[in-house]
Amino acid sequence: MRGLSVEFGSGVERVTAVRGLDLDVRAGETVAIVGESGSGKSVTSLAITRLIEHAGGKIASGRIGFTGRDGRVRDLATETPESMRRLRGPELAMVFQEPMTSLNPVLRIGEQIAEAVMLHQGVGHAEAMAEARRMLERVRIPEAQRQLTRYPFQLSGGMRQRVMIAMALSCRPRLLIADEPTTALDVTVQAQVLRLMASLQRELGMGLMFITHDMGVVAEIADRVVVMRNGEKVEEGTAERIFDAPEHPYTRALLAAVPALGSLATERLPVPFEVPDGPSPKPQDTVRGSPVLEVRDLVTRFDVRRGIFGRLAGRIHAVEHVSFDLRPGETLAMVGESGCGKSTTGRSIIRLEQPQDGTIRLAGRNVTQLDGPTEKLLHRTIQYVFQDPFASLDPRLTVGFSIAEPIRTHRLLAGAAVEQQVHALLEQVGLTAQHAQRYPHELSGGQRQRVCIARALASEPRVIIADEAVAALDVSIRAQVVNLMMDLQSRFGVAYLFITHDMAVVERIAHRVAVMYLGQIVEIGPRQSVMEDPRHPYTRRLLAAVPVPDPRRRWREQEVDDSEVPSPLRAIGDLPNIEPLVEVGPDHFVARHRVGGLY
Amino acid sequence: MSEMAIGTVRIRSPLGEFWRRFTRRRVALFAGMVILFLILAAILAPWIAPYDATTPDYANVLSGPSFTHLAGTDVFGRDIFSRIIWGGRVSLTVGFVSVALGCIAGMVLGLVSGFAGGFLDSLIMRFCDVLLAFPGILLAIAVVAVLGPGISNVVYAIAVFSMPVFARLVRGSTLALKQTVYVQAARSIGVRKLPLILYHILPGTLPGVIVYLSLRIGTSILTAAALSFIGLGAQPPSPEWGAMLSDGRSYLGVADHLTVFPGIAIFVTVLAFNLLGDGLRDALDQKLR
Repeated sequence: MRGLSVEFGSGVERVTAVRGLDLDVRAGETVAIVGESGSGKSVTSLAITRLIEHAGGKIASGRIGFTGRDGRVRDLATETPESMRRLRGPELAMVFQEPMTSLNPVLRIGEQIAEAVMLHQGVGHAEAMAEARRMLERVRIPEAQRQLTRYPFQLSGGMRQRVMIAMALSCRPRLLIADEPTTALDVTVQAQVLRLMASLQRELGMGLMFITHDMGVVAEIADRVVVMRNGEKVEEGTAERIFDAPEHPYTRALLAAVPALGSLATERLPVPFEVPDGPSPKPQDTVRGSPVLEVRDLVTRFDVRRGIFGRLAGRIHAVEHVSFDLRPGETLAMVGESGCGKSTTGRSIIRLEQPQDGTIRLAGRNVTQLDGPTEKLLHRTIQYVFQDPFASLDPRLTVGFSIAEPIRTHRLLAGAAVEQQVHALLEQVGLTAQHAQRYPHELSGGQRQRVCIARALASEPRVIIADEAVAALDVSIRAQVVNLMMDLQSRFGVAYLFITHDMAVVERIAHRVAVMYLGQIVEIGPRQSVMEDPRHPYTRRLLAAVPVPDPRRRWREQEVDDSEVPSPLRAIGDLPNIEPLVEVGPDHFVARHRVGGLY
Repeated sequence: MSEMAIGTVRIRSPLGEFWRRFTRRRVALFAGMVILFLILAAILAPWIAPYDATTPDYANVLSGPSFTHLAGTDVFGRDIFSRIIWGGRVSLTVGFVSVALGCIAGMVLGLVSGFAGGFLDSLIMRFCDVLLAFPGILLAIAVVAVLGPGISNVVYAIAVFSMPVFARLVRGSTLALKQTVYVQAARSIGVRKLPLILYHILPGTLPGVIVYLSLRIGTSILTAAALSFIGLGAQPPSPEWGAMLSDGRSYLGVADHLTVFPGIAIFVTVLAFNLLGDGLRDALDQKLR
């Protein structure tokens, strides 16, 4: 084994983002760097490639020993910018988190890969294009020849990330640094990309430095794990050791916050996350009474127009005949991958989108056709929590104003009582009254999401639609916010429509689960039945793709389906095949689609 | 790259943040002080102007700059320095009032247009397109021709041709803000249209408006001077920089100070407003943050 050793301490301007870090990546080894936002893991990767200088930082001290292809050991901390430029590509390559923005949108992907090849291998255009095609085949992109001439926007997120990997690998680097390469992807696509990276690494024998915050992903891919916090390494060890016997309390907290799917297999009711040093959580039985929200045959379609005359070219069938009930105190988790229509369902209910068909009944009243009083009822009784706590609060208004807004809008209180209520709400979500004077940018992501929840509670709603409400948060914060939401549910009996793609959170919070695929609910039922006994092939595929935080339970190759999720865009008149839901168990319904000939 | 932001502790209101960024820009800060100085001079004109601006003094006709008359005297023997100070009142008032009127009208149109969309949007925008199709000065001349010459009509004329620019600017940001999650969040709460526009959309359009406002005041002062120069604006004997230029035109080569000093006044004022506008844009631009 030819050694590759990286050892350095780096500093970013006024702050030391990474302090005295020692790290080795050997050829053919996968080292995962784990930590939450602000732990310095991305800074580390930028320091190795020296891109840190473009980000306004510099390496304050330390050395980065790198053994190149020629066997020479270089100190990357002191190389000249010009020689670093030559190293980036053939020796060191990077894959970034956001596949949408790391490709040039106006160049065909073939040209982009070929550019990297020509630059570093000094070959002609035709030869570079041939190499680009081979690389695309290597990252298992179907019909590689045809894909070469397409633009990035014509590809899905998973495909783009494969193109990025193909580009990074086109010069057969000795070290590949992947910074959260799968964070923006759906679970089934994430499974595909991770598996691809692992097999390519074996083929090319390169070192892989994998930066992530997801312990499940770490377990799937890493040989060794480095846990970072506030710029320092807190623990290092083999993946097995870290998962079996974590030594540092922070590692333990990080692992505890990652819910192992299946840990509640024998529990019928939702159970909050364990809190370190807290009492062990009790199952919550909160469902009471008859449905507060009844949705029947909801249909939302978007017209797609093309050309200068706006000819109707097709329709996106975002929501197709979706029906469900929600009872007070109940949490219905709506799961599925991007584009399956789960957000559109939520948005259609509160009329951020206009549904074409179906009925929505709220507390027994029909709110499908809105007039003055029903519109008020709808906006007061149903509240929405958005995914991005950074974007959903007006940056120019104080937190207190934002929380008071629903109270003022619905004239629930007046005068000084409004302010008192705002303070009470802030305390209910675990903040203090002083936070009312703050602006959103002064708060952390978790605090902001708490503010959003306080705001949602302000109008005393009976239903809260949480659209990926915890997806943007770090794992430990995510557990806290989920626990908060469950606590509020047991106190106020509010019902949640919990839209998410995170199966681990679903297991904790949901009473029932609805699985959406291409705009339809394909399976709905009690959480325990759906997750332990999935009947629809898509539900099975979704559950199989969830990374398990146990390095011994990696996917076997054949379990992962390599196909893409088909598009909900259809030609006019081409209606999707709606299968009725059939009861397969108590309260457990499945659509009998003919997928893969299983039914 | 959230890791990059660890060190920048920002416990400031949006206004405080803007002020911190603005005061870092020395040139813009200096321009702002120049403008403040000009405004003060205009306000204090009756007390600081050494001579009356309109009383002729036939004993001192066309005398050059001296200690008694800092910028010399004009063809009627009036002190040019005093006329420039008094003229600042006219020019600055025209600049501020006309742009303020155009800006308010344009903002209302832009907000309505962007928020309502549909037919109303098309109607307002086509109206603005028509106004923008005229060269600005020509449009102002046309308005003054209809209303008759005089400084207040110049104000209306400039307001009319400032309006469509603001309408377009505000419509653009309204459309963008309408799509933001926080506006959608407010709508999902059931916030009514007027509070939604006043609290969530209007403040978001202000940065662009403020920048354009300062750039536009400079242009308007220039336009007002041009209209006065061709005799459509300030009527004699009221002192106005453009009108003074026009008066001095016949004595170019004989008494250059008649045109040089009002010219410098116009130049410095317009430049100061432009520099201030650039600085404000740098300090307010979201993308540079």
